[in-house]
Amino acid sequence: MSLLEGADLTKIYGDGCESCRARTGDSAGTNQCPVCGSVVACADVNLSVAEGEVLGIVGESGSGKSSLAETLALAADDGGEGESGSRIEGEIRYAGHEGNLLEVDYETRHRLRNGDISLVHQHVRDGLELDFSGGGNVAEKLLSAGWRNYEAVRERVRSLFEETEIPVGRMDDPTHTYSGGMQRRVQIARALANDPAVVVLDEPTTGLDVSVQARVLDTFRRVQREEGVAAIVVSHDLGVVRLLADRTLVMRHGRVVESGLTDRIMEDPHHEYTQTLINSVI
Amino acid sequence: MTETDRPETTPTDAVDSALESLSDDGLEGYNYAYLDEHTKREVRRSILKAIAVPGHQVPYASRPMPLARGWGTGGIQASLSILGPEDTFKVIDQGADESVNAANIRRLATETAGVETTTDTTDADVIQTRHRIPEEVVTDDQILVLQVPITDALRTVDSSDAANRRRHAHKNYGKMWVHLYENVVEWGEINIAARYPTMVAGRYLMDPSPIPRWDVPKLDDADALFVFAAGREARIYAVPPHTAVEPLAFEDRSFQVERFPDQACDVCGSTDTYLTEVDDASESAGSTGSRGGIDGSGGSRGGIDDDGGSDAAETETGSDAGDDGRRYVCNDTSFCHKRRSNPDLPRDHHLDRDDVDWGPGTTAADRGGEST
Repeated sequence: MSLLEGADLTKIYGDGCESCRARTGDSAGTNQCPVCGSVVACADVNLSVAEGEVLGIVGESGSGKSSLAETLALAADDGGEGESGSRIEGEIRYAGHEGNLLEVDYETRHRLRNGDISLVHQHVRDGLELDFSGGGNVAEKLLSAGWRNYEAVRERVRSLFEETEIPVGRMDDPTHTYSGGMQRRVQIARALANDPAVVVLDEPTTGLDVSVQARVLDTFRRVQREEGVAAIVVSHDLGVVRLLADRTLVMRHGRVVESGLTDRIMEDPHHEYTQTLINSVI
Repeated sequence: MTETDRPETTPTDAVDSALESLSDDGLEGYNYAYLDEHTKREVRRSILKAIAVPGHQVPYASRPMPLARGWGTGGIQASLSILGPEDTFKVIDQGADESVNAANIRRLATETAGVETTTDTTDADVIQTRHRIPEEVVTDDQILVLQVPITDALRTVDSSDAANRRRHAHKNYGKMWVHLYENVVEWGEINIAARYPTMVAGRYLMDPSPIPRWDVPKLDDADALFVFAAGREARIYAVPPHTAVEPLAFEDRSFQVERFPDQACDVCGSTDTYLTEVDDASESAGSTGSRGGIDGSGGSRGGIDDDGGSDAAETETGSDAGDDGRRYVCNDTSFCHKRRSNPDLPRDHHLDRDDVDWGPGTTAADRGGEST
């Protein structure tokens, strides 16, 4: 039984028309509908994650990875209407909830996002309040979940900082004084605060230098195994996905062009685009 | 406008004579209580809605008033809408009845609504107040109208009203809790001097207007109705009688009122009232006294350079200050006045009940200690 399942997930920016799906995608070579000009960020995506499993999503910039990640993490605050006129269709099933997660009300979505499904944003500014202290950012998750004992919150934040290898001494400094790697770790600590079942990481290492990338990935891999949390890792970097993911989806122009075990994709890519992708990296 | 447009010259030697000369032609054409009936009805309707949804900010039109917004226009509109000719009106500005603003508001109500005014808390039917709740217990036949500069407690943590309205709608107050958490990190306790965030009836987070923490417990399960009115922001909210009002705090970092260690009022000798620091060296007692509590810092900072000279209860005149020119006096001048003639006067002296819980000094624990 899978923990989180997405069926026919589609996200369209713009008005949309009848020919949107037919005239975009891998075969059409674009993600913008030539008739109405809408952008089909992702369409007809099916995926599932089992408990404790890591699913990788790779693809070039603009292939719809982040849109898919945000959809899965229930990031859109206004439900159906979405921000900047986007429309989301399809179904997300989650083991801890009856029904389609795309149709829940704000409060349920907020509760799920706070406790069950966390997102590590691609952009630090989306995920963290930079004027708050690093500890405060992590504490927000706990306080939103109803923690009302100051010392208990402190203790939990401290242990999360230790777990994600952020210097505990910097806990009470404003987050904008942190280095990029630390900010990324704070996001991970925050995402793990309420012991979620699934963590969605959107480009967890972009903008970090190689040694810091390695440490962030090591940290996450260790914590992920210790806690047994399922993860969806979105990255344009095949190395990241190879290191973390058990199974991998390859996306292009908003469609999944290939999926399978990460080993298989790396060693024996079937789709032409995947072959190019792997040849160009390795 | 040129000089010739004026019918006759107005005497400018004294304010009273100037007002006197204008009194006939100025108010003749005005409706009772200055505002027109539609406006008053709208304000009352907003007040009723605010009472029905305790702590929720209800919008209203907020008419232009004959003074600038931010000077109590919301409070005046609410007061004038609920005052009737039989009522007695009291106006407090930062604890004092004597400030220019309070006197002018009183005068507006007298002239246009024909009400009696008083400075005695127990005599008033409607009390309009800025930044204080009286020391004397307010009863179930009294209404308190509080002037509000900033309506939303969440604005401290997010300047977007749209986002904050959504937070209120979904009772999503995580950000405010982070604010309190960071406060404890920085100060070791929650150090919010005024506008202390409070939960009303377990549902809405409310800005109780810039009253000191001292006054916040008085809102909880009170006999009186509290109406909060903001003119600039055009919002009215309310705490109906006997509503639970709980200041936000952690289980292990509880809400604390201001502390005045070893201080007594220099005028009446009270040790159980909210005191403000008066610096005679730079300003006259009256003006500092009424301004001292704006950020609560006067009181909460009080103990720092206490030079131990306050054992002298030789207060009496008040003009001879301590050696450094600083004194502590009651912020609530009307109650201080009563205490001068009767130093042991309890806050609930006008009630025949003895179980009144009215903030610091009146809780069951406090009563046990000082029962006579």
